[in-house]
Amino acid sequence: MAIGCGFWEYNVGSKFRIYLSWESYISSNSRTGAIQMGLLVFLSYVILLNTVVPISLYISIEFIRLLQSKWIDWDNNMYYEPDNIQAQARTASLNEELGQIEYIFSDKTGTLTQNIMTFKKCSIRGKFYGDISNENKDNKRTTDELQAIKFIEQDNNFVWYDRTLIDDIEKNENNDINHFFTLLALCHTVVSEEQDDKIIYQAQSPDENALVTAARIFGFAFLNRTQSSIKVRFRNKIETYDLLNILDFNNYRKRMSVIVRKHGQIILYCKGADSVIHERLDPSEKNIMALTHEHLHKVASEGLRTLCLAWKELTAVDYENWAKKFKKATTSMERREEKIDKLYEEIEKNMKLLGMTAIEDKLQDGVPQCIERLTEAGIKIWMLTGDKIETAENIGFSCQLLTDNMIIKRIDVETEEDVTIELNRFRIELIEKIEQLFNIHIDNQNKRLNWKNLGINEYKFNQHTNKQINIENFQGFSLLITGHALVHALSDQLKIKFLELATMCKAVICCRVTPLQKSQIVELIVKHDKIITLAIGDGANDVSMIQKAHIGIGISGQEGRQAVLASDYSIGQFRYLERLLLVHGRWSYIRISKFLRYFFYKNFAFTFCQFWFALYCGFSAQTIFDAFFVTCYNIFFTTCPVLVLGVLDQDISANHSISKPHLYIVGQKDKLFNRKIFVECALHGLISSCIIFFFSYLCILSSIEPSGVVLSDFQTFGFMVATILVIVVNLENALEMWYWTGIYIFILLGTILLHFLFHFIMYSTLLRITFKINYPYVGIFQVALKSGTFWFTLLLICTILLLPVIGREFFRIRFMPSEIDKARLIQKFGIHKKQTTKNQIDPRQRQRSLSIRSTGSGYAFSQQKGWGPMITSGTLRTKSASRSDSRQNHKQ
Amino acid sequence: MPGQGETEEDHEQQKSKKPADTAFKQQRLPAWQPIITANTALPVFLIIGLTFIPIGIVLVITSERVLEHDIDYTDTNCMSTTAANTTCAQALENANYTGQTCTCRINFALDKSFDGDVYFYYGLINYYQNHRRYVRSRDDNQLLGKEGAAASECQPFQKNSTGSGKDYAPCGAIANSKFNDTLSLLYGSENVSVTNLGIAWSTDKAVKFKNPDNASNYFSSTHDKPPNWKLSAWELDEPNPENNGYQNEDFIVWMRTAAMPTFRKLYRKLLRNSTFQNGLPKGDYTLVVTYNYPVTSFAGRKQFIISTTSWMGGKNPFLGWSYIAVGIVCMITFVVFFILHKTWKINNPFTYQMASIQNNQRITTT
Repeated sequence: MAIGCGFWEYNVGSKFRIYLSWESYISSNSRTGAIQMGLLVFLSYVILLNTVVPISLYISIEFIRLLQSKWIDWDNNMYYEPDNIQAQARTASLNEELGQIEYIFSDKTGTLTQNIMTFKKCSIRGKFYGDISNENKDNKRTTDELQAIKFIEQDNNFVWYDRTLIDDIEKNENNDINHFFTLLALCHTVVSEEQDDKIIYQAQSPDENALVTAARIFGFAFLNRTQSSIKVRFRNKIETYDLLNILDFNNYRKRMSVIVRKHGQIILYCKGADSVIHERLDPSEKNIMALTHEHLHKVASEGLRTLCLAWKELTAVDYENWAKKFKKATTSMERREEKIDKLYEEIEKNMKLLGMTAIEDKLQDGVPQCIERLTEAGIKIWMLTGDKIETAENIGFSCQLLTDNMIIKRIDVETEEDVTIELNRFRIELIEKIEQLFNIHIDNQNKRLNWKNLGINEYKFNQHTNKQINIENFQGFSLLITGHALVHALSDQLKIKFLELATMCKAVICCRVTPLQKSQIVELIVKHDKIITLAIGDGANDVSMIQKAHIGIGISGQEGRQAVLASDYSIGQFRYLERLLLVHGRWSYIRISKFLRYFFYKNFAFTFCQFWFALYCGFSAQTIFDAFFVTCYNIFFTTCPVLVLGVLDQDISANHSISKPHLYIVGQKDKLFNRKIFVECALHGLISSCIIFFFSYLCILSSIEPSGVVLSDFQTFGFMVATILVIVVNLENALEMWYWTGIYIFILLGTILLHFLFHFIMYSTLLRITFKINYPYVGIFQVALKSGTFWFTLLLICTILLLPVIGREFFRIRFMPSEIDKARLIQKFGIHKKQTTKNQIDPRQRQRSLSIRSTGSGYAFSQQKGWGPMITSGTLRTKSASRSDSRQNHKQ
Repeated sequence: MPGQGETEEDHEQQKSKKPADTAFKQQRLPAWQPIITANTALPVFLIIGLTFIPIGIVLVITSERVLEHDIDYTDTNCMSTTAANTTCAQALENANYTGQTCTCRINFALDKSFDGDVYFYYGLINYYQNHRRYVRSRDDNQLLGKEGAAASECQPFQKNSTGSGKDYAPCGAIANSKFNDTLSLLYGSENVSVTNLGIAWSTDKAVKFKNPDNASNYFSSTHDKPPNWKLSAWELDEPNPENNGYQNEDFIVWMRTAAMPTFRKLYRKLLRNSTFQNGLPKGDYTLVVTYNYPVTSFAGRKQFIISTTSWMGGKNPFLGWSYIAVGIVCMITFVVFFILHKTWKINNPFTYQMASIQNNQRITTT
């Protein structure tokens, strides 16, 4: 533009100086003068043409995002009644990314499951209790007789069928059972509170609550505690134990112990993960341990969370010695934690095994269906959990993450070589399977495997059934990997290989992972693949993962608010994720894409009118429009309809969106706004401006009123072009809009009317008479609108610009409809394809296969540090009942 | 205060956070969801095609009925009557634009009579009245006859800084460059009677231009005439004070700057009396030009245009032909789409299904 100006000034302007002299600071030499002018005009055009990306774009986007997050907050279908939790968008800037998720990293406990624990099974000194039908007794009960045993102290969630345990307790001949329940009643950090004659337990983790409650029900009730004592009621006899020490839980120790004294007898009770307890047992306990191990395996494969219990009696002398050292350690200034850990280690050894407990954590409602839909939407779900591999696998099956038609690879090895071997083996297996199934040959065995590169749609394997082999039932690969193996898989040498294989899988389950590993996994994907990831979790151990992923979602659940505080969105239940992504995310993505497309279009159309005019005004940076119009174009005359579009537009209704998860893939591939689309809409704007400008030019150039007065003056022309532009751009918006609500129609018509009203007032003599404002454009409005030429030009340009758009839309919808078009047509004309009935059958079949497996979960403590120090120091009080736990966590 | 916090929390707990179940908040507002299908698109193309072609034909005919005669008198057409073999443009150039005038006479014939109202225009080509610095070089307050110094936008035609130091009236580059050729027309030897009134916009005349009080003193003694002007503003039309000074219509017309470098401005209207009762009869005419306005130095052109008008205004064939073209394209598109729509069925089972259902619906409704 500046160069154009330079040339023009040199060739024309310098000679035109007789009528229009140059500014005094411009050199009178025509060449240098022209260069100076060119530079100055360059700056002018920077200002004039910056309306391509105006400030209002950012403001509009923020506005739209804000309202979009309001939709999330307001959504009734994401309100969780039992806990009174509504969905909450804690950030407003990620809504459209919710519509582009490709990977979900999910925690398990409290996210997929309810985190409401119930005591299900136990094994005491090698004797197993808790089976529904007890094989030890030979009388087989029919299901009718199968009744839950009623207890005096009942708890809603607690159901117990096994009579033998009650009998054994009542017999009171077995001291082990006493110890077992005494441990459950003593070894915890639960605080109690009496409310209406009922004892309410406040536990740091739901597991503890379940255990203490179970103990109470079996007659070993924990009543309350002080700093140094625990009051219990055993078999209706109130007893008090002196609490000497709490050897608290932490992530690394994975166990906790208490040391109590009663009648001079000092006892250490310890509970913890099976592996840690195992290492610290007295060698003589081997047999019992082996038996218990069997039980552990059995319950873990049912998906229950397990804990091992052990105890040991201490002599007074030993304890005194230890206590002295411990006191010293707690007051030492340096490396206190380390010293304390060492002392804990010292005393927690040579213990006797008591048994194990199994706790059930139920799946949340709707999780399998939700996961199934999300998988259909092309989202890969990775479950990252601290549970044992059996537990995790089981949960994977019960929540549809894994299916029987998948090829499941387990990597449960500990050394680097083994991990390498396993990964290589898996790769070969994978390649062989693909080659066999799809009848293709994979040439370059070193190239990264990728479904896309292979030309296979991984979400619709059955599309490829033209081959001889029936792959209808093949549903993809999945990978199970343990934390130990992950340490190596995430190392620099192996991580790319791991990534390659893991991304080929439909589902990946990582078990026994630490919070750090969770975030490392997320980071690996985020760094190496250009995709949008989402992490969802409920506890403090998920915070790092939530922060690493593009979008973090917190579930406001049982484990405090850390996850929610770190998250971008919070929801009450996992199943709401479906609605959040498939409805809100998808809508937001479509809306923002359409908004951006339209916004760029309209500003290109606007700005390039100025550009074309530059060719005719000697590149002098003269605006074709009234300065007021330039200011208001993006504020009043075009913005409101596009804001409504960005906030209210819907392709299909929420229910349809959920029932058609495949529509989500549009967002993942970023089909609605990418570089190509940007160029397209820029070109559209450019062509529009071109037609608006040149047709106006050609029609109005020689236009004369019937009264002979000339209309081709600068101001009239500018006003006419502006009016045509506003009308065309707003009608274009109407064509973009799919969802015409009353609000939209009002705003659309209002905007066009506002343009006329605004100019009527601005350009009327009224303004001059009443306010004494001498506006240079006075009188233009009436003159321009009286002219027939103007109206004919308007109609002509609107037709030329809008008809092709209508034609293109029609052509696309009729002959090559996109998935969204199809869905819209189906919604509007109510045509049901055969597929829908097929889809209805599918889940039922799966449900049946599901019911065969027993559901459940595994591993016991929450991942935070325990409450031990607070109990012993007396800071923890038990005042407020239900909501205190979040606050307590903050205190830590 | 923990106590207070608790009561607040308790209160909060009692209050349900359930969002209101309104159509707006749940995004279930009733809406019309238009989809462009064959039933909407095809009729649109057909109707537009069917209406645009006749509109275009009417517009073309209207435009054709408008008579227009253009005379370019920039150079060779306009030979000086005083100096032999010299165009007026050259004469001005030779005199170094020192205010010398040159007169030329151009003979031409009108083949048809121009019936009805006839308008005379001067046209300029390659003349940048839309240049940014040109457009703003005026003082609207001054033109309203308000007191006060001329605005700085008028620079360098704000005031006579080398001479008297008085403000120019009117100031600015637009005013200074006012078109000052005199054009008159002879029918045979008879003067064609014209009027210089009613050539400017009535709004402009009514609200944008006002002479100051005591105008003759204002224009002759307190202000200077613009440097290019031969006469002061008060001498533009002395017999008619309503058409003098800032309120002079020629001046007002000039001050309404043109949008494009090619433009025309209304110069005179035919005064329909005696010979010219019905307009301009056909025959021989002579254009008498008093050539004051140099344009050749910047490759500008000057024209004299005689034109009638229709209900649509002046001659504008482009508009009509555009309508016809758009109409034809619409018809072609309609036919192509129609054929495609009717034939292309099997490839897309879904649309086939839809079409059949629509057909069924149509059958049941009829």
